[in-house]
Amino acid sequence: MNALLRHLVVLPIIVPLLAGTLMFFVAEARRTLRVALALASVVAQLAAGIALLYLTSDAAPYIWPEGIGVYPIGGWPAPFGIVLVVDRLAAVMVTLTATVALAALVYSVTRWDRPGQPFHSQFQFMTMGLCGAFLTGDLFNLFVFFEVLLAASYGLMLRGGGTERVRLGMHYVAVNLTGSILFLVGVALIYGMAGTLNMADLAGRAGALAPPERALFDAGAAILGIAFLIKAGSWPLNFWLPGTYAIAIAPVAAAFAMMTKVGLYAVLRLGTLMEEYETLGAALFYLGLATLATATVGMLGAKHVARLVGYSVLVSTGILLAALGLRIEALTAPILFYLIVSALTTCTFFMLTGMTDRTRQTNPSVSPDDDADTTSVYVPYGIKAPSVHAGDEDAGIAIPAAMAFLGMAFVCCVLLLVGLPPLPGFLAKFALLATALDTPVTVMTPTAVWVLCAAVLISGLAGLIALSRVGMRLFWSLAARTTPRLRLLEAAPIAALILLTGGLAALAEPVYGYLGSAARSLHEPDAYVRAVLSYETSRERPEDHRP
Amino acid sequence: MEIVYALGIGILAGSGVWLLLRPRSFQVLMGLMLLSYATNLFIFGMGRLAQQAPPIIEAAVAASGEIDPSRYADPVPQALVLTAIVIGFATTALFLVVLLALRGQTGTDHVDGREPDA
Repeated sequence: MNALLRHLVVLPIIVPLLAGTLMFFVAEARRTLRVALALASVVAQLAAGIALLYLTSDAAPYIWPEGIGVYPIGGWPAPFGIVLVVDRLAAVMVTLTATVALAALVYSVTRWDRPGQPFHSQFQFMTMGLCGAFLTGDLFNLFVFFEVLLAASYGLMLRGGGTERVRLGMHYVAVNLTGSILFLVGVALIYGMAGTLNMADLAGRAGALAPPERALFDAGAAILGIAFLIKAGSWPLNFWLPGTYAIAIAPVAAAFAMMTKVGLYAVLRLGTLMEEYETLGAALFYLGLATLATATVGMLGAKHVARLVGYSVLVSTGILLAALGLRIEALTAPILFYLIVSALTTCTFFMLTGMTDRTRQTNPSVSPDDDADTTSVYVPYGIKAPSVHAGDEDAGIAIPAAMAFLGMAFVCCVLLLVGLPPLPGFLAKFALLATALDTPVTVMTPTAVWVLCAAVLISGLAGLIALSRVGMRLFWSLAARTTPRLRLLEAAPIAALILLTGGLAALAEPVYGYLGSAARSLHEPDAYVRAVLSYETSRERPEDHRP
Repeated sequence: MEIVYALGIGILAGSGVWLLLRPRSFQVLMGLMLLSYATNLFIFGMGRLAQQAPPIIEAAVAASGEIDPSRYADPVPQALVLTAIVIGFATTALFLVVLLALRGQTGTDHVDGREPDA
């Protein structure tokens, strides 16, 4: 049984890979089967994530002592073979990914997945890339998983077609290809100087580098950091993000909520692993503040809800980067809590945006899904385009009191995003600021802490103003609006996620306790390094028997 | 050899960056391709340049315990390059599809989908 449980680490990667591949062999017409396969895969991922959460906590020390699980993929020991590593942080991120993916997938089933493109396969490959990026213990494998999730996201982002979507899609692809090239250059420099790409091995070797190699290693780490910051959406590398997220169809944008978090995760993981090496410079703090400032202005100026939510993604990136830049160890747990809450919030809000868009009758020009345009992506290929809205009116059970539901969900999202009680957006921001003010500052000046507090509070106020304005226009204006038919399957994931955040607020203490232990183990990289490098592969290889 | 190699990478990368910043989508594509060639060469070079050096240490030499690493080529960057080439090829093909779609829809090859106002 214990031997089987060890294989749990690879499950969140294998399952979507198999499901996504299998779907190519299921005929388009057998939609029920495809949907069932997709749902089963994501539910299995969620189950694996929750099991990993349990096993990495101190509850099961007989499987993984110290809560760190190592899985050598090819059976070779760590510095030579490629390993997957699960610790508490990775388990939290995998569970979060699966939760967000499940919500987005259920939401998409009502109508968004209709036309012919391989939506479900792409969606599975994206979750595979996300989980893989969180679980891998190897820098080059991180690159491969980034590419898997990006390649899938290119297809998902372009879904629905239309000139505007293709235009922003091209920008998105170009920016991310450039980011990947930077990633590779950074990885190559690090390999050239340290001679290893295993993260645990790197942590030990980076500190021991002599000056000439050390300078080049620094350069490599910095280039790698730029690649991560592009993914995370840090200023000034984030101008593509709000438009791209706003134009993507709602369930895709909702699933993209995890994309910026991958960049932040990578910064956090490598930053803590090479803690002695001082990788996280003060630059992060200032970049975070600049991101926060530009995103706040963007929120105030945004006219369309989806764009506004896109800027709110950047606000959370800015807060997280600035908090990381303070380099206070005690802040890591609040940072993780805020990261979880903001991912769930953005996911919910993007799904909600897909529904509120349908209330608009009068002004179709700003609507992200411009029906008339959907044909044109196929023109150069001479293919007749399927319509996104085919069968718009026939799917699922409609729910009553649609406007009331939308209004309530909108208010909940605003509370979460701005950080007002009783929902956990408040708890997350409060924990962040209270911890920052409580802890004596060692690296940055105390002024930096006050600047961060002021910036967070001002951005919250600005967000409240912007969202109230948009909310009033959406729900109280006299302009002609239709009451949309909302299907149960669309409303359910939104309600479920809001309830889940409510649960996070109610159970804040155990959740926070778990994140605290995750943060502690992050800041003691020795355990991680020991677990990875001393892992004995049980199977003996034939070479061992030679004289 | 190192000088020529480094110059080659530098020229490829420099041309790539210049093309990447041009307004026409085909130039951007070429820029991305040149940049990825430069990156691939760079990764390869990170394994140290060596001629006629075997990548694998023979069992007899390993058993004798006298291994001189400088006489062997590093196989890891070669494996990394291979992966990077495949991934780069796939994503470039995808970019080409998006490029053609935008060209077909807008009738212009400007990256913003419309000609800048003169």
